[in-house]
Amino acid sequence: MNELLNWLRRLRVLCRKELLAILKDPASRIVLVLPVIAQTILFGYAATFDLDEVPYAVLDESHGAASTRILAKMDGSGIFRRVATLRVPADIARCINAGEALLVLHMPPDLDSRLTAGDTAPVQAILDGRNSTTAGVASGYLSSIVESVNAERGVSMPIVLKSRAWFNPNLETRWNIVPGLIATLSMMQVIMLAGLSVTREREQGTFDQLLVTPLSPPEILIGKALPPMFVGLVQATLILLVCRFWFRIPFAGSLWTLYACLTLFILSCVGIGLSISAVSRSMQQALVYTFVLIMPLILLSGLATPIANMPEALQLLTWLNPLRFMLECVRRVYLEGAVIADLAVNCVPMAAVAVLTLPLAAWLFRNLD
Amino acid sequence: MKRPVPPACLVRLSALTHKEFRQLWRDSSNILIGIVLPIILILLFGYAISLDVRHAPIAIVMDDDSPLARDVLSGLDGEYLSPRYVASMREAERLLRAREVDGIVRLPADFADQLATGSAQVQLVLYGTDPTSATAIRGYVSSALNLWVLRNSDRGGPSPGVAADTASTGRIEVVDRLWFNAANSSTWYLVPGLVVIIMTLVGAFMTALVMAREWERGTLESLFVTPVRRSEILLSKIIPYFLVGMIGFFMCLLAARFLFQVPLYGSLIVLLLTSMLYLIVSLALGLVLSALTKKQFLASQLALFATFLPAVMISGFLFDLRCVPPLVRYVGQILPATYYMELIKTLFLAGDIWPLILKNNSVLLGYAILFLILAYLGTPKRLFK
Amino acid sequence: MSDVAIQARNVSKSFRIKESGRIVQAVNDVTLDVPGGMISALVGPDGAGKTTLLRMICGLTTPESGTLDVLGIDAASRPQDVQDRTSYMPQRFGLYEDLTVRENMELYADLHCVPAGQREARNAKLLAMMDLDRFTERLAGRLSGGMKQKLGLACTLVRPPAILLLDEPTAGVDPLSRRELWSILKHFEEEERLTVLVSTAYLDEAALCGQVFIMHEGHLIAQGTPDELAALASGRCFDVELPAGTVARTVQAALLDDTATIADAVPAGGLVHCMLRRGVDEGTLQARFGLVAHSVPPTLEDGFMLLLREQQKKAVHSGESAGIPQDGQKGNDTPDTVADGTAGRDAPQDTAGGTGSPAHPASAGTGATPSVQRTPAVRPGTPETGSRIGAAGGGDTGAADDVVIEVRDLVKRFGAFTAVDSTSFCVHRGEIFGLLGPNGAGKTTTFRMLCGLLPATSGLLRVAGRDLRTARAQARANIGYVAQKFSLYGALTVEENLQFFGGIYNLHGRRLRERIATVRRQFDLREETGLPCNAMPGGFRQRLAMATGLLHEPQILFLDEPTSGIDALARRAFWRQITELAAGDTTIIITTHFMEEAEYCDRMVIQDAGKILALGTPGEVRRQAGPDVTSMEEAFIRIVEQHRAAQAGDRS
Repeated sequence: MNELLNWLRRLRVLCRKELLAILKDPASRIVLVLPVIAQTILFGYAATFDLDEVPYAVLDESHGAASTRILAKMDGSGIFRRVATLRVPADIARCINAGEALLVLHMPPDLDSRLTAGDTAPVQAILDGRNSTTAGVASGYLSSIVESVNAERGVSMPIVLKSRAWFNPNLETRWNIVPGLIATLSMMQVIMLAGLSVTREREQGTFDQLLVTPLSPPEILIGKALPPMFVGLVQATLILLVCRFWFRIPFAGSLWTLYACLTLFILSCVGIGLSISAVSRSMQQALVYTFVLIMPLILLSGLATPIANMPEALQLLTWLNPLRFMLECVRRVYLEGAVIADLAVNCVPMAAVAVLTLPLAAWLFRNLD
Repeated sequence: MKRPVPPACLVRLSALTHKEFRQLWRDSSNILIGIVLPIILILLFGYAISLDVRHAPIAIVMDDDSPLARDVLSGLDGEYLSPRYVASMREAERLLRAREVDGIVRLPADFADQLATGSAQVQLVLYGTDPTSATAIRGYVSSALNLWVLRNSDRGGPSPGVAADTASTGRIEVVDRLWFNAANSSTWYLVPGLVVIIMTLVGAFMTALVMAREWERGTLESLFVTPVRRSEILLSKIIPYFLVGMIGFFMCLLAARFLFQVPLYGSLIVLLLTSMLYLIVSLALGLVLSALTKKQFLASQLALFATFLPAVMISGFLFDLRCVPPLVRYVGQILPATYYMELIKTLFLAGDIWPLILKNNSVLLGYAILFLILAYLGTPKRLFK
Repeated sequence: MSDVAIQARNVSKSFRIKESGRIVQAVNDVTLDVPGGMISALVGPDGAGKTTLLRMICGLTTPESGTLDVLGIDAASRPQDVQDRTSYMPQRFGLYEDLTVRENMELYADLHCVPAGQREARNAKLLAMMDLDRFTERLAGRLSGGMKQKLGLACTLVRPPAILLLDEPTAGVDPLSRRELWSILKHFEEEERLTVLVSTAYLDEAALCGQVFIMHEGHLIAQGTPDELAALASGRCFDVELPAGTVARTVQAALLDDTATIADAVPAGGLVHCMLRRGVDEGTLQARFGLVAHSVPPTLEDGFMLLLREQQKKAVHSGESAGIPQDGQKGNDTPDTVADGTAGRDAPQDTAGGTGSPAHPASAGTGATPSVQRTPAVRPGTPETGSRIGAAGGGDTGAADDVVIEVRDLVKRFGAFTAVDSTSFCVHRGEIFGLLGPNGAGKTTTFRMLCGLLPATSGLLRVAGRDLRTARAQARANIGYVAQKFSLYGALTVEENLQFFGGIYNLHGRRLRERIATVRRQFDLREETGLPCNAMPGGFRQRLAMATGLLHEPQILFLDEPTSGIDALARRAFWRQITELAAGDTTIIITTHFMEEAEYCDRMVIQDAGKILALGTPGEVRRQAGPDVTSMEEAFIRIVEQHRAAQAGDRS
């Protein structure tokens, strides 16, 4: 009992020191809080394929009822923003080339006459394919506007597609990306903190000091693991608050489930970070390793692009990536209200990473010199 | 002394540059960031990162199993969607919940009858947690159905407008023409955009790190008390990393052209000059950051948060800057990376569009001059302690 | 030839410390003339302003007021012109560690635009003088500390500079390399009439210079030739013979503690060199302590210590708080004890009892108590005092049978390189055991193996009966370790550091508070500024590092170069502490580059190339070196050189 009490005391002392070292400096306290919130908000607005104010130009050679109707709908949609009204077809190239408009709508002179004749009348949309994804989305918006004009005019397709989306009724990209940032941004910070923790002490010479104290390697490891986890969880909480109250994305799941998954995930990140720390000889090296590792972790996580789009071989590689599984956990808990049982499949690989990397780091601390 | 003696400043500069090259080569972490990471990024962005949804699994529930219904849905099978027929809606929902499919297409029991009256409904349930795929699937399903309608009307079936009262009214149809990206592939814009990311990485991140290291290790202190001029110190940092940056550039260029078959419509020389200009902006920015912080850790954090991440997120690399909320757009317009990003995509995919080239290059030139001046002023041959 | 090379007139410079906002006057109204064509030395304790002055001279920073003329150029307004003509070697010499020796030299030769024709001959000569010619292709980062400093010097000498500025070039360098460095400097002084201004912590180095400037807290407090400065202490210096059965350090401690009569005392060559206070009769040593003393000519160190003690006294009188170790009066509960001549005897006993000592030996060591101390000085010393010294020493040897550390045939190999080669020795309880050797001799490797930080390749290693590397954690609770770089958590305050190190040794609650209060008293750390300890001067951090190593009252204390970069005054205080700890039965293993510090040890080993060359008491080691050897430094150099010569002979 006494042993245990002593053990807990030592652990507390160790964690206290570690937190003091991280949080003592007001500048580093700010560094831990402000960028995270700023990034969440900035990326929350930027990282989206939901278009807002798409700049478009129009070359209206028809000036008829149909074209007026389409343009009125476009300008009133809030999605499109007219930046130019062109006079001759030659202007189209200039307008698109200069990047002035993402889309040019070309109404042919015979638009109305064809319609009254009962023919199908084409309206041409020229799209800037320099970002083909955005162009595709804009084209989709345009189609639905034109379709609604058709419907108003009493012309409708014989087959109507009635779609509804689960968990995200308006299919907003933001609902997908911003909760994903809870996992991604806290991972970056945690790996960085854990990655620097031992190297910093090595550079200062304090690590030897720790090794000659009665602390055992597992104790040092736990002492080194808990503070970054704490910081990571605090950051995750901050981002969660931004999601909930700034972007007002409804939280469907249980906080307990989310935090249980987060803790496991951050534990695996700490393991990765401490392993980096153990093999790095200098802080610079630790920074570089962390950076080189974080990039693929994020790219292969499905944060911005679906895993299913990747080639088979790379999809297999993502099984090593705890972020991939955490992204799924956080989105499913947040948007779908998934419970632990639904997420067990995702938790196993994260736990495996933690179980592998933490003892590895502990072993490396003592045996790498 | 028979040989003419080169001017002292050149001797010093070449000595410093030589030193920098040696250090660059001997530190494996430089190779890691300057060469290995760009290769990883090229491969990942070329192969792994794709915004184009292909072979999306969908479940089909046919409450109406008539041949007509089957014919309507036959258009779903193709490159974009992988349909899978299931017996009941309950089964389909289970699959959707388990994420085995990304959407459910359901035909009502009286589909054929509805179609005969000219107004039939098809139900689509999407998995909204992944809105990018969901939106794409909705588009695919919708166009497949439209296609069937058009084909069918040629064969004399119910055609658009027929059901309406005003039979004489034609239908407006949008005909898309996607310029600059014939393959409609995100790789076409991601890989050229990657040049920007890599240039920013090598330029800002690496120079900030190596210059801050000299401050931190005290090597600058002894360097200062030599005839060396600060412009020589700064140049000696720029030259080697300029070359590393250009290696990254050529790797991207080759990968884009030959690995991913991205066309290059603009002229190579303009692309090259523009890239050199941006690289100088980026290198000078790195020097400014290191002069500001004089600490490796801080400099790298700043380089990461102030240059690299914004270059990825708000320079127009992934998300078109023209279609985001104004605040983000304004922040993006401060970044040099935004101007270079626009140029590089244009040069690759659209060609030499001179007004754009001139405008953006003058902005970049302005930034280059500004950052070089700041770096010069920020690196006085003085210590503050 | 002695025209003026550097002329400073009323130069001042102050800094604002970021963490506290306090303004520190680094250089205060300094006026000096550095003569050309010779070596001048700049000496002074930690924080005296030496580095700032050197940086101003080479134009790296500008004076706030006053003028600074270097070779007739105003250093403030035309720094580049000064920098074109001078060479400067900062404290942490900026060698590029990832470049080879040759590449480093070529870089500097290019930067100074040395023509190709002259370069080769000069570089070859420099490398040969520095004994680096065998290592031209080695990366600078792989050189030992001494070799790095030599390479740094070589880089400044790639062309004959008009002025050479060196900032503590020999800090952390072993005596052999130190001697080589100085012989090179002297060579260039003679051959090229080189003007050198060197700051140093070693007064024996300053004694080699033509002119010495002594700085203290930003002020220039004295200048002159070494002889002139030494003469300040003339007639007051004595060598005291050790009474039978005593060791030098206990006699020294007793003398030092009597601050009323003794200005300074230090063990030297089997004797104790001491300096009396002004007006104290030379018979006092005999009368008060019963010691036999011979008058000796003063050294520069005596003059320097005298000046510093006077400065301290001034500071106390004017009520200023000095950056160097605090005076004994402030905050001391029992000032009488300090002033009393018996304090030196009481203090060790208290520590032996394991409780906090009410006396304050650190401050007693640094002396300077105001006028109260005069009173006991008049009190005649009794014969008992002398016998007490004898008894204390006898007690030490009595407890020495108990082996605490045992090393037999210890070997450590890194790949093909043998760092430590079949080394054997043992250390007894309560001993001070010195590990000495040139840079790269294997000291640190041996040290790290003893602490359990490195596994041994083969051999037996027992610390308190166990191998620390495989021992359970509890075994490590008995040892204390102070690493070379005073490994403290720089961002944490004094209190936070102490709480942390106490906490991991299971101290908590009242016990922890008591121990912290005790070590704070012991090591003069009473002031809690709330500043991170990074913002503290080196001497302060060293004391704090010692305090953290001793919080848990270890039985064995490992100290790795604890006095590197610490000035003479602080070192006296440090050793006074060590003497006391040893008296309290703590076993101490220490490495040092100050050979005179070996005189404090009970026994010592000298290592080179992983082998033990000498093992024994300081006296035995001196005798092993030769009958005529009197100083430890000489003994060390001779033993190492003899060994190296023999090895070279074997090989050929």
